[in-house]
Amino acid sequence: MTDAGIKGRLVSAVRDFGWPRVIIFIFVVLLFLAAPFVGVSVSASLSDVLNRFGQNAVMVLALVPMMQAGAGLNFGLPVGIIAGLLGATLAVQFGLTGWVGFLAAIVLCLPFAIGFGWLYGRLLNKVKGEEMTIAMYVGFAGVTFMSIMWIILPYTSPNMVWGYAGTGLRTTITLDGYWTRILNDFLAVRIGQFFIFPTGVLLFFGLAALGMRLFMRSRTGTAITAVGSNPDFARAGGVSADRMRTISVVVSTVYGAIGILVYQQSFGFIQLYNAPLYMAMPAVAAILLGGASVNKASLVNVMVGTFLFQSILTMTPSVINSILQTDMSEVIRILVSNGMIIYALTRKSKVTK
Amino acid sequence: MKKPILLRTIFADNLVVVIFLVITAAAVPVSGLPLLSIAQEIVTRIGRNAFLVFSLILPIMAGMGINFGMVLGAMAGQIGLIFAVDWNIVGVPGLIFASMIGVPIAALLGWMAGEVLNRARGREMVTGFILAFLMDGVYQFVVLYLMGFIIPLHSITIKLSRGYGVRNTLNLDAVRQTLDRLIPLKIGGLTFPIANYLVMAVLCIFIVWFRKTKLGQDMRAVGQNQVVSHAAGIPVERTRILAIVISTIFACIGQIIFLQNMGNMATYNAHKQTGFFAAAAILVGGASIAKATIPNVFVGVVLLHLMYIVVPRAGTNLFGSAMIGEFFRDAFSYGVIALALVLHAWRKRANADSARSGLRGGAAGNRTEPPATIAAADAGAGK
Repeated sequence: MTDAGIKGRLVSAVRDFGWPRVIIFIFVVLLFLAAPFVGVSVSASLSDVLNRFGQNAVMVLALVPMMQAGAGLNFGLPVGIIAGLLGATLAVQFGLTGWVGFLAAIVLCLPFAIGFGWLYGRLLNKVKGEEMTIAMYVGFAGVTFMSIMWIILPYTSPNMVWGYAGTGLRTTITLDGYWTRILNDFLAVRIGQFFIFPTGVLLFFGLAALGMRLFMRSRTGTAITAVGSNPDFARAGGVSADRMRTISVVVSTVYGAIGILVYQQSFGFIQLYNAPLYMAMPAVAAILLGGASVNKASLVNVMVGTFLFQSILTMTPSVINSILQTDMSEVIRILVSNGMIIYALTRKSKVTK
Repeated sequence: MKKPILLRTIFADNLVVVIFLVITAAAVPVSGLPLLSIAQEIVTRIGRNAFLVFSLILPIMAGMGINFGMVLGAMAGQIGLIFAVDWNIVGVPGLIFASMIGVPIAALLGWMAGEVLNRARGREMVTGFILAFLMDGVYQFVVLYLMGFIIPLHSITIKLSRGYGVRNTLNLDAVRQTLDRLIPLKIGGLTFPIANYLVMAVLCIFIVWFRKTKLGQDMRAVGQNQVVSHAAGIPVERTRILAIVISTIFACIGQIIFLQNMGNMATYNAHKQTGFFAAAAILVGGASIAKATIPNVFVGVVLLHLMYIVVPRAGTNLFGSAMIGEFFRDAFSYGVIALALVLHAWRKRANADSARSGLRGGAAGNRTEPPATIAAADAGAGK
């Protein structure tokens, strides 16, 4: 970098960040700029983006520990999601509502998340190098297996089971009267006509992120990062790679479980059966969009990525449709999210090798 | 080289097949389906699905694992069929026409996929899987927006009412089961789609022949060890790309054969499960992600489809709910793929561990205690 002109530095910054991310970033900016001209309210959209940011960010956060530990992208996030679903359905079954219900759901999902995460982590330790493909199929198998369980398990709450049969959980269960939007509406501030700042859900994300930051900075967290960066070095330093990887998977699964609870309260429904099948994809795409590589992720990546990704999801249906008079948002979503994952998987990162 | 044949070794090597066989065998009587109709279904489904499964063999041989990117070929085949229906070319010529359109597209997509996978060494499978998702977006863009807009469509019946884009369900009346019925043969109440079987026989001969060619040998060498192959002057990247190109072309033809039997095509969904079914079939047939043979394909297709036929009925009879049976077969197929992948990865590691401890003179190897039985059993079988 001899000619350290502004141009040279800009080019190298773009190269570090990756041109697909820059293009998408410019795309998002253009979407916001174009919005007023096609009659889309920027403040309402921004409010929407913030809500969806809070809704999804905890699940994106869940990916950080495993990536840092060198276990790759957690396509097995549905394992954690299943634990969250168990927690939520149990809380509804016990008839707990409001804050008590939401907090109870979190507490109830923890033992499942830790248990599942531990088993899942042990499995991934046995298959180093093939984690991602196997994680994907373990997730699929778990989701479809739980589909059987949703039918068989002896839930009785009339709000959850099929009306005519009296057994088996419904495909979607409404959280109305339980904890719908309990975080989103908590301390929500209305500014202007359309803009509502969802303080509660962002606060919750802040707490979760703080927890993650403290964890990653702790002794264990540092050891996890060491294992991810250089396993041999870590072993020489007396760190058990397998143990650290297992811990990272457990933390990831727990965050996945809490993440789906946050998602549900914002969405208003518990989605069962095949719904969690592909839920890892948007989270993975988001964190990669934020600048993470397969084996390196930070909280900044999570926040930037989720914001950008949710902006695209929110803005393309309204803005692009107004411009082109046709619904292309689905295609754009597929191309952006999967293109981002492919880009990250094919990129030679310095940490990987 | 020669190892003593132990019952336990055979069992461990074919754990996936054995589990599958036991569950399916238990479900056959419970389902209450007459054996003749099960047999007819199996005969039809071999003709329908096996070609798609064959497309996975070459990438496995080239050490690239299961080519989930074969879905790209399936999309190419569907585009071919759309044109065949649009131009109203009926019967077997329609299928040939569809292949003529589809194969070049498949070759192009396969070449691109190969390039991508070459940049993702060591994680080809997951990359192929996501690549299929990505190209699904491109496929949707082309078929839903460009067809009838930039790419001309003549037939009004396949166009969406808004004037461009292809309808969600495409009626394949023009080519429905034309290949299946080309050479009819009935034996004792069973109808055999002989033409399908002939096409497949040609494919099998091709694969057997191909393995013996220079390129086939190169592929195996690359599958064994890329560094050594490179040192030996084999163009590693090109060989890997060719494996994917051929696989994608096979998948294209396979999807055309599959859809002509089905008789209609869910334009935007027909390809989505292709990779999953093919992967499940070949793994159930006893293949690993490093070794696959022609018998694996046939055994796998028969077993997988036997399960798909009997398990939902068995579920209905046992639990009074068809849904349980359907979820069970999905869970089971996903589980089998996961199990096969886990077993393979586990063995590979055990082999590496034992090789490493061998280098250290064996004495230092007690640290990680490699599972000795499997490692020993596979030292011969792995290569």
